[in-house]
Amino acid sequence: MIEPFRAANRGWRTATVSGVRRPIARAVQLRLDVHDRVDHLPGQHYVVRLTAPDGYTAQRSYSVASAPGDPLVELFVERLDDGEVSTHLADVVEPGDELEVRGPIGGWFVWDQVSPALLLGGGSGVVPFVAMLRTARALGRTDLLRIAVSARTRAELPYADELEAAGALVVLTREANGIRPPGRLTAMDLVPLIEPGQTGYVCGSGPFAEAAGQLLVELGLDPADVRVERFGPSGGPA
Amino acid sequence: MPTPTRGFLGRRARDPRLPPGQYDVGSDWPVLTAEPTPRIAPETWSVTVDGRVERPTTWTWDEAHQLPRSEYRGDIHCVTTWSKFGTWFAGISVDTLLDAAGPTAEAQFVMATSKTGYTTNLPLADVTGGKAWLVWEFDGKPLTPEHGGPVRLLVPHLYFWKSAKWISKLTLLTRDQPGFWEQNGYHDRGDPWRQQRYQGD
Repeated sequence: MIEPFRAANRGWRTATVSGVRRPIARAVQLRLDVHDRVDHLPGQHYVVRLTAPDGYTAQRSYSVASAPGDPLVELFVERLDDGEVSTHLADVVEPGDELEVRGPIGGWFVWDQVSPALLLGGGSGVVPFVAMLRTARALGRTDLLRIAVSARTRAELPYADELEAAGALVVLTREANGIRPPGRLTAMDLVPLIEPGQTGYVCGSGPFAEAAGQLLVELGLDPADVRVERFGPSGGPA
Repeated sequence: MPTPTRGFLGRRARDPRLPPGQYDVGSDWPVLTAEPTPRIAPETWSVTVDGRVERPTTWTWDEAHQLPRSEYRGDIHCVTTWSKFGTWFAGISVDTLLDAAGPTAEAQFVMATSKTGYTTNLPLADVTGGKAWLVWEFDGKPLTPEHGGPVRLLVPHLYFWKSAKWISKLTLLTRDQPGFWEQNGYHDRGDPWRQQRYQGD
């Protein structure tokens, strides 16, 4: 856990944008070649800083979707209409651009790659879990992860194909998913995913994180074994 | 100064109340916590001041409300880059608690502990002299659980992770020890005007 922090200590560095994709509406997936990079742990985030010609800066945190073994760092950015940084990343950034980044950051919302984990993601809150899933695949240990994700519609769920292929429970709140009517994640949904010794990870908007965290506690997880990462249109990444 | 980012002009106003790298969140108040929100009934809440003090003391909800009321009106700043202007909190001054408990001469630091086990460390000088509060009211209403109710620490001149929610204990120490986020990559002191966000800043 020491090594990743050293990277943050070394401060800002340059990343060259290698790929820009828009797999779903109102979002952008950036593949970055981070110069002098230190490997992250799955669940950590990067900070992206934009600088205006007058020296004004704006910075926001974005979860990493890629596994540590990926030669590039993949960030998934939800585009918020009033998001000063996310609109620039989604609308302006092109391959070949250089961005200032800092990371990896965060020593709490990380998966240790050996313990069982129950992952609950809402909307773009699934991104750190994609990093965990890809890491588990590289290690041949996808058996350690149980994943449930929630979005308004399937078209708005980041990494939907990849998550479904991994066996994630997909809950949609505004449309049916197969035989499942629209609705929120419930305790009944999670019962089959609970296993002894799991650490629960919850990532999503404030309301999602609040509800999902309480579900895990109701299902018997010790609150000390539940790690929560919240964000939202006004919260963290903007 | 860093190299300008191609095509970025910066939409936000350059408000002098904003520390560097912060934006005005407006009327919103984002919730950021690392753990599930605990539900704590006010009648079961208490706060203890212990460690390097002459008189370790515990106050219940009712006892804390007997202490002189103290308010904070001003701005708060979160390390995730939002700032909120013109907040209004009410409760008691940390000075009142420390005056009662009597820090010993060697006390230099404070570890704040939450009911959940969350911790954050502060120099004693950052919570004395009218700079820190225990608050149970926001905008004249009871502080809600997701914002740290019934009672949270408020240290508004530092990034807001220092303002521990669900505060239950202030332990005075002779030496500094890292708290929860301070062990997890964040800065030891967290002065927003110096952008002390992460270790090494």
